Amino acid sequence: MKDLTCRVLVVGGGPGGYVCAIRAGQLGLDTVLVERAALGGTCLNVGCIPSKALIHTAEQFHAATDTASETGLSFGKATVDMGRNVAWRRSIVDRLNRGVAGLLKKAKVRVVTGEARFLDGKTVEVTDGSSSYRINADDVVIATGSDPVSLPDVPFDGPVLSSTEALSLTEVPDRLVVVGGGYIGLELGTAFAKFGAKVTVVEAGDRLLPQYDSALTKPVADRLKSLSVTVHTGTTVVSVSKTGGAVTLQLRTPDGTERTLEAEKALVTIGRRPNAGSAGLSELGLDMAGPAIAIDDRCRTSMRGVYAIGDVTGEPMLAHRAMAQGAMVADLLAGKKRKWDVRAFPAICFTDPEIVQVGQTAEEAKQQGIEVKVSEFPLAANGRAMTRERTDGFVRVVAEKATGVLLGIQAVGTEISELSAAFSIALEMGARAEDVAATIHAHPTQGEGFQEAALGVMGHALHI
Amino acid sequence: MGRYVVKLPDVGEGIAEAELVEWMVEVGDTVQEDDALASVMTDKATVEIPSAAAGIVTWRGGEIGDIIAIGSELVHLDVPGFDDSGPKDASEQGAAEPDSQPSPSPQSPTPPKEPKPARSEAVEPPNQVKLSTTRVLAAPSVRRRALEAGIDLARIAGSGPGGRVVHADIEKADQNRRTEPGQAEERPNEEVRVIGLRRKISERMSLSWSRIPHITIVEEVDVSALERLRGDMNARRKGDGVKLTVLPFLMRALVIAIGEQPALNATFDDEANVVTQWGPIHIGIATQTDTGLTVPVVRHGENRSIRSLATELARVAGAARDGSATREELTGSTITITSLGPLGALATTPIINHPEVAIVGVNRMSVRPFWNGNAFEPRMMMNLSSSFDHRVIDGWIAAVFVQRLKQLLETPALLFAEMEK
Repeated sequence: MKDLTCRVLVVGGGPGGYVCAIRAGQLGLDTVLVERAALGGTCLNVGCIPSKALIHTAEQFHAATDTASETGLSFGKATVDMGRNVAWRRSIVDRLNRGVAGLLKKAKVRVVTGEARFLDGKTVEVTDGSSSYRINADDVVIATGSDPVSLPDVPFDGPVLSSTEALSLTEVPDRLVVVGGGYIGLELGTAFAKFGAKVTVVEAGDRLLPQYDSALTKPVADRLKSLSVTVHTGTTVVSVSKTGGAVTLQLRTPDGTERTLEAEKALVTIGRRPNAGSAGLSELGLDMAGPAIAIDDRCRTSMRGVYAIGDVTGEPMLAHRAMAQGAMVADLLAGKKRKWDVRAFPAICFTDPEIVQVGQTAEEAKQQGIEVKVSEFPLAANGRAMTRERTDGFVRVVAEKATGVLLGIQAVGTEISELSAAFSIALEMGARAEDVAATIHAHPTQGEGFQEAALGVMGHALHI
Repeated sequence: MGRYVVKLPDVGEGIAEAELVEWMVEVGDTVQEDDALASVMTDKATVEIPSAAAGIVTWRGGEIGDIIAIGSELVHLDVPGFDDSGPKDASEQGAAEPDSQPSPSPQSPTPPKEPKPARSEAVEPPNQVKLSTTRVLAAPSVRRRALEAGIDLARIAGSGPGGRVVHADIEKADQNRRTEPGQAEERPNEEVRVIGLRRKISERMSLSWSRIPHITIVEEVDVSALERLRGDMNARRKGDGVKLTVLPFLMRALVIAIGEQPALNATFDDEANVVTQWGPIHIGIATQTDTGLTVPVVRHGENRSIRSLATELARVAGAARDGSATREELTGSTITITSLGPLGALATTPIINHPEVAIVGVNRMSVRPFWNGNAFEPRMMMNLSSSFDHRVIDGWIAAVFVQRLKQLLETPALLFAEMEK
């Protein structure tokens, strides 16, 4: 047992944890980061990054096999070596892993690998095979992330996959059932559909992506249909049986009847649960907010000197939220005055087409008693969208009626995620529709849709 | 293991209670065995109370400033994981920063005679378009700057379009707060609890002032000769010898004078009506420390040379300042000297260190004109301001004592000539 002491101890090396550690190190705080597996956490290793790589190649494969295109292009028979594809994705992950390690080293952060266990609010024991450490810190940051939730009594093994296993499939399954029509299931399900799998999505709610309004999700549902993805909404899984190389799901449909569905693989994406109970965390007796650790607007938990950031603090479980929290906590620990003061919180589905939502929806604003004006610009009227053969989608601006101050922006469209930067800046800077309308947006880009929607708030869109 | 009770242990011989001066733990904290829980003060020594077990603090037996009896319950500990371990309410933690600007005081019950002109244009929004939402229009950098400056954005009328708060508005608000008398009230009143050493000082001073009728005598002393001697002795000082101040000479003078008037080296127990004249001369030296006034003691002044007095004085005063002084070194004086050094003023009215009967105050040294019969002569002069307990020391006795001190200091050879008493 080796004893370590430090000023700041960060438990968990995901986007929240490593950003917190780097920033703390940059600010001259003696910092130790504990990570049990690979630096970068879920996001970098088995989440955001490899899934986007998969989605990218799936789209390329699909474009090469799309016979409906009127562009005049045709290719020979497209094939994919999934083993090589997985290896390529891993190489990206490796490069990023090394990048994070390098940044931590540069910030003079000590990285300890192993499974952490909280002994108390200031002390953590870390074991890694033969070696073990007892680390004592003035302040502790819990960044233990979240894990995929499995169906009751159906653990992830064999043909029943979590997103992690789905990302390491070296063959495209003939038939894939996706249980849970949230963004993770749809992103991966769409990718496998583009690789040629026969995909069925089972969603308990009455429509896909229930946290977004139906206008936003309709282009996604339409696209799934054109990719021959079957969607069962209002449908629950009664039982799952694994038979040989396949899996059989017993489903209950909205009208109460049951039906069976057979597939080679079942991908279960029904949510993620904060890692708030393991690693001795439950014994700390921290105040909880449901399954997550309760925090205040400075990421402080109920115990002095103990902070929590990222997925372990609950929804929205987004890497960029964790990163911002991590940086804020490091600043606080260095004695700076900070609090969580975020107005533009981009959430993106990398579905096809992509969905971006920043700030308030019209509904949310109305619930606060704000009179709003909503303006939508369809990408069908956008030149750039036409040149890319994808005119499905729109940009929608929600503004306060009296002042034109932007309250929220939603958009759906191909690669519309890149516009989230423009949306967020406008909201954080407190722009009015007039400001966006008076800003020159380059032609031909999808960004013009944003300008047009802002013009619409003022009552005079140009190209519609 | 269930609830573990840590009791206030016996912290010193003959001590029945102690004052709680600091909590090192809060309810909800996890403590290890031997972690410090609290500091208590007895007489003039502060003692840290360690935890006898590891666990979570669920209860604290008192607030800072409370007097706690030895053996009473100090802290309750519970094993981790108990549901009712009661960490702080998260909502309380989330409370907003204290209001940076107090609400307008309700000081005008009568209707105002005339509308006051706006204090500054910053109060009047240039554009009256008000957001119905609670959000203030301001860029993230402006919001952060306001947070750091402790300025509530909602109370600032922005000068930008649509009432947008811009950097200049924050700077202006910050400046107004500093320069305008009306907004200077922003600094909140602060209540400082009188605890610990300060409380002890307060009690001792009240006791002395309320019970002892003081008589204070101010006399001037020509210290020209003493200063020459002192300069010579300091010039001849070897290696690590302590630099002599005027105090060891005064202490020596006290010792000689007390030899002739032992009634001054005494304590008066006014409840028993007994004056104890002490054999040894233990000279208390009033000393300013970071936490307040303490009186370290140079023991057995009667057995010490000037240099020994100086060395011991430096040692105990240093120990008092850095907090390492023992109880022994801080108690037991029989007479006290108070000196403010260069701040010593023309005259002071020293308060007797109860239950002693005399205190000698040293005032600032300065060159003053002295009439020698023919002309004014510049002499190095210094006043002594000394107080006596008039219940047991008559004015005449006190005056004789002061005159003797004056004589000894003005003719410093006497300090050495009368050494072999």
